[in-house]
Amino acid sequence: MNITRRQLLILLPAAAIAWEHVLAGTPETSPNYNMTDHWWGMLMDITKCIGCGSCVRGCQMENQVPDGYFRTWVERYHVEDWALEYPKVDSPDGGKNGFPPPKEDSGKNFFVPKMCNQCADSPCTQVCPVGATFVSPDGVVLVDQKYCLGCRYCVQACPYGCRFINPRTETANKCTLCYHRITKGLTTACCEVCPTGARQLADLRNPKDPIHDFLKTHSVQVLKPHLATRAKVFYYGLDGSVR
Amino acid sequence: MQIPVEGFMYPNEVELQWSVLIVLYPFLTGLVAGAFILASLERVFRVDAVKPTYRLALLTALAFLIVAPLPLQLHLGHPERSFEMYLTPHSSSAMAMFGFVYLWYLLAVLVLEIWLDYRRDIVVMSQSTTGWRRLVYRALTLGSSNISERALQIDERAGWLITVIGIPSAFLLHGYVGFIFGSVKANPWWSSPLMPVVFLFSAMVSGIAIVMLLYMLMCRVRREPIDVRCVDTVAKYLFYTFIIDFSLEMLDLIHRIYEADESFRSLDFMVHTRLYLSQVVLQILLGTVAPIGLLALTQVIKLTDMQRQRTYVVAGCLTLIGIFAMRWNVVIGGQLFSKSFLGYTTYKMGFVAREGLLTAIILTILPFVILWVLVKLLPPWPERQAVAVTVAASAD
Repeated sequence: MNITRRQLLILLPAAAIAWEHVLAGTPETSPNYNMTDHWWGMLMDITKCIGCGSCVRGCQMENQVPDGYFRTWVERYHVEDWALEYPKVDSPDGGKNGFPPPKEDSGKNFFVPKMCNQCADSPCTQVCPVGATFVSPDGVVLVDQKYCLGCRYCVQACPYGCRFINPRTETANKCTLCYHRITKGLTTACCEVCPTGARQLADLRNPKDPIHDFLKTHSVQVLKPHLATRAKVFYYGLDGSVR
Repeated sequence: MQIPVEGFMYPNEVELQWSVLIVLYPFLTGLVAGAFILASLERVFRVDAVKPTYRLALLTALAFLIVAPLPLQLHLGHPERSFEMYLTPHSSSAMAMFGFVYLWYLLAVLVLEIWLDYRRDIVVMSQSTTGWRRLVYRALTLGSSNISERALQIDERAGWLITVIGIPSAFLLHGYVGFIFGSVKANPWWSSPLMPVVFLFSAMVSGIAIVMLLYMLMCRVRREPIDVRCVDTVAKYLFYTFIIDFSLEMLDLIHRIYEADESFRSLDFMVHTRLYLSQVVLQILLGTVAPIGLLALTQVIKLTDMQRQRTYVVAGCLTLIGIFAMRWNVVIGGQLFSKSFLGYTTYKMGFVAREGLLTAIILTILPFVILWVLVKLLPPWPERQAVAVTVAASAD
């Protein structure tokens, strides 16, 4: 193929622009980490969560989450025996500093840790107008910060309220499942600091991961299953009142 | 700034994501689509009575269309990246198509139709004017000064064809805006297959109302008599379209009430509290029932010309208030309740801010300024064209 100098001068910048877009949407990985060998999710054991807020603090420190915004948070549910449909929920400052003692003696109280559900059919990915939000081959929903327009459509589309606009970058932000850690063989910051093991990182493609034994022997649930997002954060002991 | 919250919101939901600027966007595009559809009544469906509004409707559509993307651009966290929607659109995103739908409608439909319709006048004025105006008109001819009978016939045929293509394009433009909201399954206030249809008919209502008002206003400013047959016909179309729009909105409402799904209790509470003024009072009573009642009155009671015109002005103004309130209730209302259905937040609108009230006011006034320039440049009045053509002919 003969390319003239003029054609080359046109082609080179075009290729540079195209390459930038090829690279956009490719998550950063570590050497020896093969994305196709993993399919990440998480297990939340509600029966073990004590609402200490360590996970929220750990996440905020690890990921420099601005005050007032949350990649993960903890909700406290109070449900009366007769009112499954009308739970009372609080989450002061995302449960970061724990919870005050409950006001009511009756009914039941329990804690529900929340975070991005890493949906395989994620509504936030679907609506992103430029594809800045994407599902990586190892099943983590990520946002390319250099590509996001800040249109906020993804924030509207997330049924779980897990996204926010970072006021520092003016781009969409959310839980990355500590992608910078898990690709190096570490667990997430929230799992690392959880004192009771209520949160467990799960690799659904690794046959040796204990998640498989757990899923075989326990009934688990995902949040808002009717929305068919194929969420990969599994809850054990989830009460029907949880939204 | 502490935002008042009632009940429980997911912590990231407290702050509203889409502001008054996103309310303006569907309002402005609605006016565009509606004005164009009114213009097509004359061009395609040969409703001669509305002819005096034809060119004004086209120019109105153009003025509002030019401003329509500005609120979106101002709202983006990174407006400098907005061109990425053209370079790498995400095929599964409803929003990704915005740029293409907008450009198609602006360039392939509206600008082309206006140019073809005005081409004869532009050529005549490029010869009859002097100074900078001459330069502007010469540029607008795009180098084509052939206004022979045959050339004008081709213009007419091409213009007709573009209008025929333009009608589904106008439907696409605004139906698509409705789809952006209607396809968000996470939000029960928005998620409805009726949303694009409701948006479309409300667009037609607002577009017809604004052209009717502008026509009457411009006649008054120019101290020329209003063509009563024309405004009667436009008002009749406004009335019919409004009834369809209202029926669709009521169908949606009745369906929600009867179905009463998991979100109903929360949404019902919101309508009776935080949205009561904007939804029940402004949108439904003042902005829909009242103008429909007034327009119905002109159909069943014999009123004088002046009484009818005054009724149309009141009905038109109320219609615009009602449609703006509808956009407000969709966009802002859809963010006031928690997706947990357990709480409500508050919308705090700043005044002098990027997405504040002042910006919204400026963006609302801007289309009228553009329209004023367009009307000066391309007068939509038949008699003035006649004068211009006569002057040009005598100059030749």
